[in-house]
Amino acid sequence: MEFAGPVRPLPGGITPPEEKALSSGSPIRPGPLPAALVLPLVQHLGAPAEPCVAPGDRVLGGQVLARPDGPVSAAVHAPTSGRVVAVEPRPVPHPSGLTAPCVVLEVDGDDRFLDPSPLAGWRDAPPEVLLEAIAAAGVAGLGGAGFPTAVKAAAGGARRVDTLVLDAAECEPYITADDRLLRERAGEVLAGAAVLARLLRPERILIGIEDNKPEAIEALRAAADDVDPGAPLTCVVVPTRYPSGGERQLVELLTGREVPAGGLPADVGVLCQNVATAAAVHRAVARGEPLVSRITTVTGRAVARPGNVEVRLGTAFADLLADAGLDASALDRLLMGGPMMGFTIEDPSVPVVKTTNCLLAATAAELPPAPPARPCIRCGFCAEVCPASLLPQQLYWHARSREFDAARELGLADCIECGACAWVCPSTIPLVQYYRFAKGELREAEREREKAEHARERFEARQARQAREAAERAERRRARRTGKRAPGGEADPESSATAASATGASATPSSATAAAAPEAPATDARERRAAAVEAAVARARARRERDRSAEAATLYGAAEDGELARLGAELADARRRREALRADGGDPNVGEPNLGDPNLGDPNVGDPDLLAALDAEIAELEAALARVRSRLGGGAQP
Amino acid sequence: MSSVLLAVVALGALALLAGAVLGWAAVRFRVEADPVVERVDALLPQTQCGQCGYPGCRPYAEAIAAGEAINRCPPGGEATIRALAELLGREPEPLDGEEAEPRVAFIREEECIGCTKCIQACPVDAILGAAKLMHTVIAEECTGCDLCVEPCPVDCIDMLPVTPDLLSWHWAPPREPAFERTALIASDRRVA
Repeated sequence: MEFAGPVRPLPGGITPPEEKALSSGSPIRPGPLPAALVLPLVQHLGAPAEPCVAPGDRVLGGQVLARPDGPVSAAVHAPTSGRVVAVEPRPVPHPSGLTAPCVVLEVDGDDRFLDPSPLAGWRDAPPEVLLEAIAAAGVAGLGGAGFPTAVKAAAGGARRVDTLVLDAAECEPYITADDRLLRERAGEVLAGAAVLARLLRPERILIGIEDNKPEAIEALRAAADDVDPGAPLTCVVVPTRYPSGGERQLVELLTGREVPAGGLPADVGVLCQNVATAAAVHRAVARGEPLVSRITTVTGRAVARPGNVEVRLGTAFADLLADAGLDASALDRLLMGGPMMGFTIEDPSVPVVKTTNCLLAATAAELPPAPPARPCIRCGFCAEVCPASLLPQQLYWHARSREFDAARELGLADCIECGACAWVCPSTIPLVQYYRFAKGELREAEREREKAEHARERFEARQARQAREAAERAERRRARRTGKRAPGGEADPESSATAASATGASATPSSATAAAAPEAPATDARERRAAAVEAAVARARARRERDRSAEAATLYGAAEDGELARLGAELADARRRREALRADGGDPNVGEPNLGDPNLGDPNVGDPDLLAALDAEIAELEAALARVRSRLGGGAQP
Repeated sequence: MSSVLLAVVALGALALLAGAVLGWAAVRFRVEADPVVERVDALLPQTQCGQCGYPGCRPYAEAIAAGEAINRCPPGGEATIRALAELLGREPEPLDGEEAEPRVAFIREEECIGCTKCIQACPVDAILGAAKLMHTVIAEECTGCDLCVEPCPVDCIDMLPVTPDLLSWHWAPPREPAFERTALIASDRRVA
């Protein structure tokens, strides 16, 4: 392994007190085995995993609890044996304090695991097999963002990546998880790097590490000779300066290439992985172990035994802190992540997830509340320290006056929210909060724009469909009318109706009209004739409805017919009840009760108010029926 | 005399030529739709709710292009008014109406009688169901326009506020410091 210095200095950056000695002295210790584990379905960046267990299922350690759902997603595995008691929303470690779906596992204490299925001969395995193994183990970036590793590696493999960067800079104060990992398990990290190198076939592998970790550098040197002396491995020791561990910053430091705005390191031929992720990749491939635990720094002056813990995912922060000897009276603020980029956790029952690299239980003296912000004096210190070479002051002004588009023009999206600007601000302005707010508003506006666009498409599709249906209906009507006229000219509606009654219900309207109308018994009373007309019209209507329901494949035609039928039935029912009420004052609800319409309750016997109400209802139903008929465009209305 | 005639003829010929070119260009490069309408429409929230008094977002966009006030869209709120004002070079006006929180329709399914009225009212086909069968709202497609509430004969549709989830949540603005209101310069700051 070779050693080198950074190609180019980090623009900006700060050197806050390190506070790493609190936790870096003691070896990694195993975490507690709590009574229950809560495993969020989203522990990574991307779509939530799809649970594949149900409450009551018994699971073994390493068993899949949820499968990846979508192209960017990661599986979730059981960190120990036990019983699934629920799949429900639970509070998750997130700045919002909101809940998200989680699998809740009741731990049985036996800690039995599935037999691991290591990939024998992984050094010669084809890339697809390796990717599959990494994806099956649910490996996601352990450095902080939690991007699914298999997806990242596959995307990197598709492009031309000539440099693999391993991020061991760990620049944020207090955190020592990667430092201890390298000191104790440098071999695993390098083996993981070898797996990634097989996937990406880079020309060189660069390990970026800050010069405040000499033991880790020494461990890397020793392990490199053991693992693979011939690997094109270079350890780049960078000066200790926050935030040199940011992906873009480290790539720039190590290679001199600047990742374009809105782009990925792969755009400049680089793929960056955290060292802990590399170790997890090695475990997934060489040992067949899924990602069920991670090394988390538990630190701060409110815990008696700060250090690094190999904790099972899903362990509640409270359990982990109790294990480290939390002094609850001294605790002022609990942070997930470091003091610069971490966020406050209000509810300590939230679980450790794949991205929990640090738990900082700080006393009031350690992290004093920020003094009230004072006006910006335009000193420009923030611009000097910005590692992304942005103009924090301008971004602040625009964000505060809600000119989010102007902030975007100035590269707000390239802000990594490292907090260096706020750290140096002499007016103690919470700059990062303003940037986060502005980013959120921009994201929201973008989401709304997309939603509006989608709604517009649906609205236009609906209008097009309605126009098409109306045209089809008009076409059918026209066809029917011409069909009617063609054989017999202008037919007398009465005689044609009589003809229909004579020829029977099965005849189509045109054939009914076409049939030579037998002379109706004209001598009979007009009532008989009228009844026949009505019956014929009813049959014609039924036929028309049948035709229509057969023809109309769309929902609404059928729906309107259904409505017509329903209204007709209701009307008949209401009329019958009115007659019953009028006739004998008995119980009008003798037939089947009308379950369809709760407005038609159980009427009281012989109540004049009720009678009036029924009259009104009948009138209403008739009007509704007429409306529907006119909408259907039917000409069969008697 | 002849030079005057020559000038008149030359200018006349030029004018005819230019007219022909312009006439050809007007036909050749005709813009089908009014681009202003398109751009206004793109800024409207597309809820198709009709609260502006027009039967949908596009008719309102056309009206705006024809000079209608830009403050008639309650779902869009102040942000839409600002965007429209910027696009059209007009003065932003206060919103005509109340800006409501985003909401989503919810059908109490056990009460639904399957009348399909809400389905017919929904401008974006976000309600699923058939005659005499229970209906339900596809929440992701619902624009919260309220149009399904009124036609429901049994009042089984509620408009529920949209609760933020992890994806839609974002940071609130920091609290504005007190100096904005109490002090003119930094040294005016009272000792807390």
